[in-house]
Amino acid sequence: MSDRIKKASRHVNQSEGLIFEKSSPGKRAFELPPLDVPPADAARALGAQHRSGGVENFPEVSEIEVLRHFTRLSTWNYAIDLGMYPLGSCTMKYNPRVNEFVARLDGIATEHPYQPQSLSQGCLKILRLLEKCLLEITGMDAITLQPAAGAHGELTGLLLIRAYLEKQGNPRKKVLVPDSAHGTNPATAVIAGYEVENIRSDSQGQIDIAALRDQVTPDVAALMLTNPSTLGIFEQHIPEIAETLHAKGGLLYMDGANMNALAGVARPGDFGVDVMHLNLHKTFSTPHGGGGPGAGPVATKRILEPFLPAPVLVESKDGTLALNHHRKESIGRVRAFTGNFGVLVRALAYTLAYGPGIRQATEDAVLNANYIRKHLEGVYDLPYSRPSMHEVVFSDARQKKNGVSTIDIAKRLIDYGFHPYTTAFPLIVPGAMMIEPTESESREECDLFIDAMRAIAEEAASNPELVKTAPHTTRVGRLDEVGAARKPVLRWKPATRTEAAD
Amino acid sequence: MRYLPKSPADRQEMLASIGAKSIEDLFSGIPERFRLREALSLPGPLSEAEIIRYFEDRAAENSRGYTSFLGAGVYRHLRSVVTDVILQRGEFLTSYTPYQAEISQGTLQAIFEFQTLMCQLTGQEVANASMYDGSTATTEAVLMAERVTGRRRVLIARTVHPEYRQVLRTFAKNSGLIVEELPFDPDGTLSASAMGAALRDDVCAVVVQSPNFFGCLEPVASLAAQVQPSGALLVVAVTEGVSLGVVRPPAEADIVALEGQSFGLPPSYGGPFVGVLASREKYVRQMPGRLAGQTTDSRGHRGFVLTLATREQHIRREKATSNICTNQALCALAATVHMCLLGKEGLRELAHQNLSKAQFALEELTKVPGVRRVFSAPFFNEFAIELPRSVKLVNAALLPEKIIGPLALGTDYPELTKRGLVCVTETTSRAEIERFAAALRRVLELPV
Amino acid sequence: MAYPAQYRYTKEHEWVHAQGATATVGITDYAQHELGDVVFVELPKPGAKTEAGKSFGTVESVKAVSEIYAPASGEVLEANTVLADAPEKINQDPHGAAWLIKIRVANPAELNSLMDAAAYEAYIAGKAKDASA
Repeated sequence: MSDRIKKASRHVNQSEGLIFEKSSPGKRAFELPPLDVPPADAARALGAQHRSGGVENFPEVSEIEVLRHFTRLSTWNYAIDLGMYPLGSCTMKYNPRVNEFVARLDGIATEHPYQPQSLSQGCLKILRLLEKCLLEITGMDAITLQPAAGAHGELTGLLLIRAYLEKQGNPRKKVLVPDSAHGTNPATAVIAGYEVENIRSDSQGQIDIAALRDQVTPDVAALMLTNPSTLGIFEQHIPEIAETLHAKGGLLYMDGANMNALAGVARPGDFGVDVMHLNLHKTFSTPHGGGGPGAGPVATKRILEPFLPAPVLVESKDGTLALNHHRKESIGRVRAFTGNFGVLVRALAYTLAYGPGIRQATEDAVLNANYIRKHLEGVYDLPYSRPSMHEVVFSDARQKKNGVSTIDIAKRLIDYGFHPYTTAFPLIVPGAMMIEPTESESREECDLFIDAMRAIAEEAASNPELVKTAPHTTRVGRLDEVGAARKPVLRWKPATRTEAAD
Repeated sequence: MRYLPKSPADRQEMLASIGAKSIEDLFSGIPERFRLREALSLPGPLSEAEIIRYFEDRAAENSRGYTSFLGAGVYRHLRSVVTDVILQRGEFLTSYTPYQAEISQGTLQAIFEFQTLMCQLTGQEVANASMYDGSTATTEAVLMAERVTGRRRVLIARTVHPEYRQVLRTFAKNSGLIVEELPFDPDGTLSASAMGAALRDDVCAVVVQSPNFFGCLEPVASLAAQVQPSGALLVVAVTEGVSLGVVRPPAEADIVALEGQSFGLPPSYGGPFVGVLASREKYVRQMPGRLAGQTTDSRGHRGFVLTLATREQHIRREKATSNICTNQALCALAATVHMCLLGKEGLRELAHQNLSKAQFALEELTKVPGVRRVFSAPFFNEFAIELPRSVKLVNAALLPEKIIGPLALGTDYPELTKRGLVCVTETTSRAEIERFAAALRRVLELPV
Repeated sequence: MAYPAQYRYTKEHEWVHAQGATATVGITDYAQHELGDVVFVELPKPGAKTEAGKSFGTVESVKAVSEIYAPASGEVLEANTVLADAPEKINQDPHGAAWLIKIRVANPAELNSLMDAAAYEAYIAGKAKDASA
């Protein structure tokens, strides 16, 4: 195996316990400048509310121990900086470092959301420019940058739909969600006060138009569509889908998670979408950071503009920007303050780097996905034959004959130096293997990935046990998830001081 | 383009190996009339230096050089440079959600440590891996209380941050939750008698904030003793976590919704921040958000995994505890690193410095004729003062002195005109506090 | 594992053992096998009502949640508290020690329409054939 694996294995066998296990009284990592005012008598000032001893069991360690601790932990992670993450619909692209630099500038990172607007024109200009860029890319009319993540944006979008329909006299009862949808879609619909009705995909993996025509009744508020779908396939019938909904007074919501296939090439506003969210931590390169933060701006057609969360950015004749809170029909706030401003700064920096050339990124993303598809087509089962865009979905059907599943193949991919693709999603493909390389991968990296996947397919045929017990080269083997769920241990406690892993 | 690792030759060869003549062929799945024929009208492309220049120009148009006395849910605190060194390690910055535990142990262990620190800080038994921010965490806490109790009415103190209350109302509109606001007493805390009168057996939660929006400490223990026998849950929101270095934690609360921005996150014009939910173990299955749990691997070594995932959207879909997917992981890491750097003594000292500076500021400001403190309850690093004239006009006069004055309370509390909220942290020097008092005195001496 | 002859079975893989006016309910060996390692069980409290065909609780594995459907209408007399600390018993002994609830059956005739052991075994054999088709 070792001559097939061309990428270096990462996993350092450094032993490192919990920070609490290094703690001992009297150690300090951070010193404050001396107090330059009379010290308060805390006991007198706070009375019964006084916490005299400090936080019990809070760690006491030195600066070098903190730095080493987290540096060592970091070496146990895979990351985009190390290599490809072929995770479908996650769009794990390069996180440009200039974005980190500008987000940290004095005068950018330091601003308070309540400071006078005359002293915030720099921040407001950043927001306004990002709004304009995102509207140009999506082809929509109005936008809010408030939502903190995609799911948050989905909820905001559905609340906008509800407010609009309520104004028409009837908020309606149901939201249609495709069986291929991301879990946040149905979860969000319920929180927005709607019933979820599933709409099935046809044999091509597209929305079943005949079923849609039956299911769209005056009770249906909206259809939540991902386009391209979670199969990486563009919905051919999207004009008919939009028409069917609009004819019955419903609206089309688009989950923008897959915008990496469309930016600069096609615009949702042009093909009938009424409201959509974007994931800035996907298409717009803001870093995933181990699970967030992200941002989920929501772009709409003009009809939904009056209902946008307040405040809304307005520009006066002399170019001064202001936040307008007086919006009578607004759905209200979906979070405190302006939004994940630091994330918005990074997204704008990314957009400025590309300018009109953003199309090239999209083309490269689609090229990479199709290149991988072509070279794995004979080796893994391809359930849907329609053209793939920025991602491709295979299934483990062939390998399953030897008892090797998508999860096993994914774990074995780790030994080849890659992060797994998305396993077992979308739900409509049993044994799904969802692969999205993004534009950030070179031909060499794609070739290495293809090589690894082909090697694993051979192993699945000739030595299935090797694959089923993978990974073999990581610091920890497969972890006991059953035990973790049966008897959850969710924090360290002093009495249960366990030995550090060796 | 510097972010794209392909040469023109690479593209040609890859297209050829697919059997496509041009990249256009790969977009044949999009109906032709939707395919853009022209490039989008976008600014750029900018080089790295031009991007930096653009943002430096914007930075110069903000509040650099001003001394600010604003708090109100977003706090200026010292941050160690060590925090950014760790945050900027590619393995933390550019890694994904730790669903593949074998290659995410760094993130998972850090989350486990974060959860532990939050429990220690708040006096609760279990904490999650983060929500978007304090405002949405507070709303999620109420929805959690609704699930636990099966009741639909929520009482929320007016002393809770106005924007937090607005967020709750936005969510409540669609969920059948009935939200009622409770008044405050002259001392600046929630009126316990009004709460008692409103507490019936249809209440799922009573929500307070401590320190509250006015900076005053709410008596959490006695509120809990009043609320819990009715079967309702006590939810305590905390916007200034540094207070917990010197103030008793809300251990008697059923759910704590904490905003962690004070720990290692700059104000950043309102985000990204980090919310946390902390609660009792018995409620953990009703708690939204990710959870990292300790376990062992096939060789018996300790490791960590995301657990109790059946609460979440990707499994439960429409029956999930929340729709949350992406959280604030990197911000939680910043908070974890910051709390480890502060440590037990550092946090206690930091909290004490804030307390001392605020006390000093109050004394200096109330020496100015016409200025008095509005409320009387104990406070941490924020307090409200009454001025003899409009806060907005006073602030306008302070601006040329490069001072950003108190937050006017009259917009959100119509009965509190001419009153402003002052926040003083360890970052405000004695000299600046004295300069503020002197400037205020001068401004108030001017004719109206 | 054998399917006890004296039990009756539903299409959703619950078993019910009628003993006069009361009945014991659980999930079948087939169900626990499909689920995988059980990590958590959510059961109703004594006094709660069950409705034939409607969900009365859930069984969770690490990656999935399954509703459990009542084979008959009635009132819950007892829930098996052993499962709170030892959910794995459902995998080990689904037809015996890992019963879920005991109910007072409102209408015993409802149970007659359920499958007997032989019919249930044929039903799941058919399912296995579909799966490998």
